[in-house]
Amino acid sequence: MKPFDYVAPTTLDEAVHALAGNPAARVLAGGTDLLAQMKGGRREAPLVVDVKRIPDLLSIRMEEGGLRLGAAVPCIRIATNADVRAQYPALAEVASLIGGTAIQGRASIGGNLCNAAPSADAVPLLIVLSAVARVAGPGGIREIAVEDFCVAPGKNALGEGEFLVDLFLPKPAAGFKAHYLRFIPRNEMDIAVVGVGVSATVTDGQITTARLALASVAPTPLFVREVTEALVGKAPSAEAIAGAAALAEAAAKPISDMRAPAEYRRHLCGVLSRRALTAVLQ
Amino acid sequence: MSTSSYNVIGTRPPRHDGADKVTGRAIYAADFQMNGLLHGAMVRSTHAHAILKRVDTTKAAAFPGVVAVVTADDFPQTPDRIVDLGEGETPVSHLRGNVLAKGKVLYQGHAIAAVAATSLQAAEQAAKLIEVEYEPLPCVLTAVEAMAAGAPLLHGGDTNVTAHVHHAMGDSEAAFAGAAIVIEREFTTATVHQGYIEPHAATVLWNNDGRVNVWCSTQGSFVVRDVVSCLLDLPVSAVRVTPTEIGGGFGGKIPVYLEPVAALLSKKSGRPVRLVMSRRDVFEGSGPTPGSMMRVKMGADADGKLIAAQAFLAYEAGAYAGGMVGAGAMCVFAAYDIANQTIDGYDVLVNKPSTAAYRAPGAPNAAFATESVVDEIARKLKMDPLELRLRNASREGTRRADGPKFRRVGCVEVIEAMQAHPHYSAPLGEPSHAEAKRGRGVAIGYWFNIGLPSSCVISVNADGTANLIEGSTDIGGTRTSIAMQAAEVMGIPVDRIHPAVVDTDTIGYTGVTGGSRTTYATGWAAHDAAQDVIRQMKLRAAKLWQAEAVEFADGVFQAGERQMTFAELAGKMSETGGPVVGQASVNPRGAGGSFAGVIADVEVDTGTGKTTILRFTAVQDAGRAIHPSYVEGQMQGGSVQGIGWALNEEYWMNPEGRMMNASLLDYRMPTILDVPMIDTQIVEVPNPAHPFGVRGVGEANIVSPPAGIANAIRDAIGVRLYHLPMNPPAVAAAMGGQK
Ligand SMILES: Cc1cc2nc3c(=O)[nH]c(=O)nc-3n(C[C@H](O)[C@H](O)[C@H](O)COP(=O)(O)OP(=O)(O)OC[C@H]3O[C@@H](n4cnc5c(N)ncnc54)[C@H](O)[C@@H]3O)c2cc1C
Repeated sequence: MKPFDYVAPTTLDEAVHALAGNPAARVLAGGTDLLAQMKGGRREAPLVVDVKRIPDLLSIRMEEGGLRLGAAVPCIRIATNADVRAQYPALAEVASLIGGTAIQGRASIGGNLCNAAPSADAVPLLIVLSAVARVAGPGGIREIAVEDFCVAPGKNALGEGEFLVDLFLPKPAAGFKAHYLRFIPRNEMDIAVVGVGVSATVTDGQITTARLALASVAPTPLFVREVTEALVGKAPSAEAIAGAAALAEAAAKPISDMRAPAEYRRHLCGVLSRRALTAVLQ
Repeated sequence: MSTSSYNVIGTRPPRHDGADKVTGRAIYAADFQMNGLLHGAMVRSTHAHAILKRVDTTKAAAFPGVVAVVTADDFPQTPDRIVDLGEGETPVSHLRGNVLAKGKVLYQGHAIAAVAATSLQAAEQAAKLIEVEYEPLPCVLTAVEAMAAGAPLLHGGDTNVTAHVHHAMGDSEAAFAGAAIVIEREFTTATVHQGYIEPHAATVLWNNDGRVNVWCSTQGSFVVRDVVSCLLDLPVSAVRVTPTEIGGGFGGKIPVYLEPVAALLSKKSGRPVRLVMSRRDVFEGSGPTPGSMMRVKMGADADGKLIAAQAFLAYEAGAYAGGMVGAGAMCVFAAYDIANQTIDGYDVLVNKPSTAAYRAPGAPNAAFATESVVDEIARKLKMDPLELRLRNASREGTRRADGPKFRRVGCVEVIEAMQAHPHYSAPLGEPSHAEAKRGRGVAIGYWFNIGLPSSCVISVNADGTANLIEGSTDIGGTRTSIAMQAAEVMGIPVDRIHPAVVDTDTIGYTGVTGGSRTTYATGWAAHDAAQDVIRQMKLRAAKLWQAEAVEFADGVFQAGERQMTFAELAGKMSETGGPVVGQASVNPRGAGGSFAGVIADVEVDTGTGKTTILRFTAVQDAGRAIHPSYVEGQMQGGSVQGIGWALNEEYWMNPEGRMMNASLLDYRMPTILDVPMIDTQIVEVPNPAHPFGVRGVGEANIVSPPAGIANAIRDAIGVRLYHLPMNPPAVAAAMGGQK
């Protein structure tokens, strides 16, 4: 690893200032992606800006209409937070799925998103929870829908000098359920071969909302909008689920690599989508 | 089984090195510190096969902090000759060429040059400045491709086949013609790595007096001594090797990689130099065990008597000759008494790292093939698979196709123990979900147990304890299992013995810790050294008591009415003639092999193709279990490695010969969450050729797990897999093919 400079601003303004005019600077949250990349020689950063001293990035709070989740909150705090467990149980589950205990003490959901890996476990779930990212930068504050946040492997929609402040998750309606299902060949210490996030609201025996997003089958986490169209207005049934799973399988654009062949990933999209949808619609 | 006639053997005392290991004080090779230490970094090939046109070290040598740079040209260019330094016969040019490539690189990760600098960062940055110009050549990555006409040749000549072993007895063709059932199948297995947790590391100081001091992690300190002295053209006595604690080896720490390079860097710099491999270096630059292609044909009569067998085995040697096919050919049908056999094995060069031993090297591949075919025969004949094996099991007097007749072996007893084990008759239980299927499989396997020289010295202390020194590096608790054999003879508790693994100046020549030999052979040396101690102590007692004859039993010396414990007599050493030092060196030949078997229960998720091991029982003949916990540990370790080999592990190479999964994340060895508690059952059929009946137990336990799991998957899903690993995509594809 090459030597680098390090700053730890304590306000949003200081952070904007530190990043301004320094395009090669990197934001550091938990560092579980960034430091591993730097040690492995895959990423160089002359300046590291640690955002873990900025209160806005470290808070979890219920607001009017939803949950505001600071970008740098470590997974262990999310998984054990009472509001999250009560209202967003799938988020608590994904926070305890990422890494092991030691990693969860550091790794953040914001980092998981900003790292923009196609395999990031939290991102499909954030998409189906309709999360919105709030970012700060030289131009002030703006919002980006999570499904538009990742643009290429390792690349996000943040402009120069911008960083993620927090994520807003709308309050779930009655009858709303979400679930994330990941497949790995081992039982731990593996990167999603395929991940499927699903959510749906069933009101009076009818599906009123439905979202499905996939991990590891495209250059970015993939929001499969066709599934929403196919399911909304229908009654939950095995046929409806099979139809939606087939759409997910068709939408996937996987590649073959050392982690799995493309045909197999596509096959898994169908299997996992069916299982995840069954879990939320049953 | 009864070991009650012994006081120490068969008990489970704490290990002597335990406290240092659990408190983190044990010194492993990369922990070793020295004043003035320089840090080394290597340059490794980015091509699988290429001519080295130019290696320019000028910029690296000028980089701040760099003290020395070396390439293959820095080795003494002695004329080539064949040597056997503990790894079989090899030309010196191959040993030298694998350590630092000359003229040609033969695999990605092949070492080319090395830098020593005052900091690791400087060494790594300088290494990047070494300019290597390659002329790429087409590469060849599997034995089958490498045997094809027109394949790129690694070492010139007209073939990549470096050896063909052929064993035959009886007339297999004629016997097949008369068989009621004949099954012939083709199998392939991927290249896999031992996966020891500690990467290779070495520190070398070329001293001003011309002696070369080496501290390293190795399975054979004398092998390191002999290879270093050979490559540096020094007498063996000029090199002293001190083995550090070792974090696993499984055969992969017999070959020598870093030590000669660190020695060259130390010679140039005049300072001690340390080289440490990264995990990527370990995967790409140290020896894995071969991938293979095998065709096995077996015939049986209607009663399930195996009457004929043929095997064609093509194993990857890696970049240099001398792979593992020889042992594979000896083991392929070793578990069975089959009168008519033909076995052909081919050692084939490919552009992968030179293969190294890995726990029963060559045997798990072969057993995967044979045991799958035997399972299929049992199914066809509607016979219980263990009953079929029992009917054909090797026993005393059974001849193997490679010549030897078995002496007393425990194949029958292992199969009987499997049959009687509650696991074998337990219900499989209901699948955990609607898309899951369960199955059970069994398999057996054989591995040898070699002899080789071992030395041991025991010095008695006046307080009744004894110091035991030996030269076998301790990978699996052998310090204690060797000390226990001495303690048994000396009639004292094993905590009164302080065993130590010492450097090559301090103890007589001792062969590698490998071939399941250490508890057997070095234990034998300890037994003999302890007898030497007792013989001398009896003379001391006789002197003290003016007695004609002194008896010794259960730690007590006795002549008529007079008696003294070992400790009491030890306290009188100085009045009876001075220190008592016992010693022995042995070179035993009567090694007895070990049979082992597994019962595996699996659940296959038919949606994802993922296999979960539900229950796993390992049974093995230990001859005599000196320390049963260590025997069980070996059985569990071999089982877990076999499970990894069966389900996920493989070198995933791109067409250019780059290993794309050279990390512990993507190589996918099983973690603790991927295996159930491995149940063990030790069988004891004493080896008549060892004073305590010991058989080596380190290796036979990895032979049958891949086959047992393959048979269990077949039982679960009704489809057989012919390739390892049987990973989720492979299982899913196999089931898809059936639809
Ligand atoms: C052992 C281990 C196991 C793991 N297991 C999993 C797993 O199961 N599933 C999974 O998805 N991932 C896993 N990961 C990857 C990693 O832990 C997660 O992606 C984690 O969520 C990253 O969060 P972090 O806070 O550590 O991010 P960091 O490493 O701090 O940052 C990641 C990237 O995002 C950028 N960044 C971070 N915060 C901001 C911000 N506020 N604004 C702008 N840019 C920002 C950084 O510059 C960097 O490029 C694992 C990693 C390890 C080492």
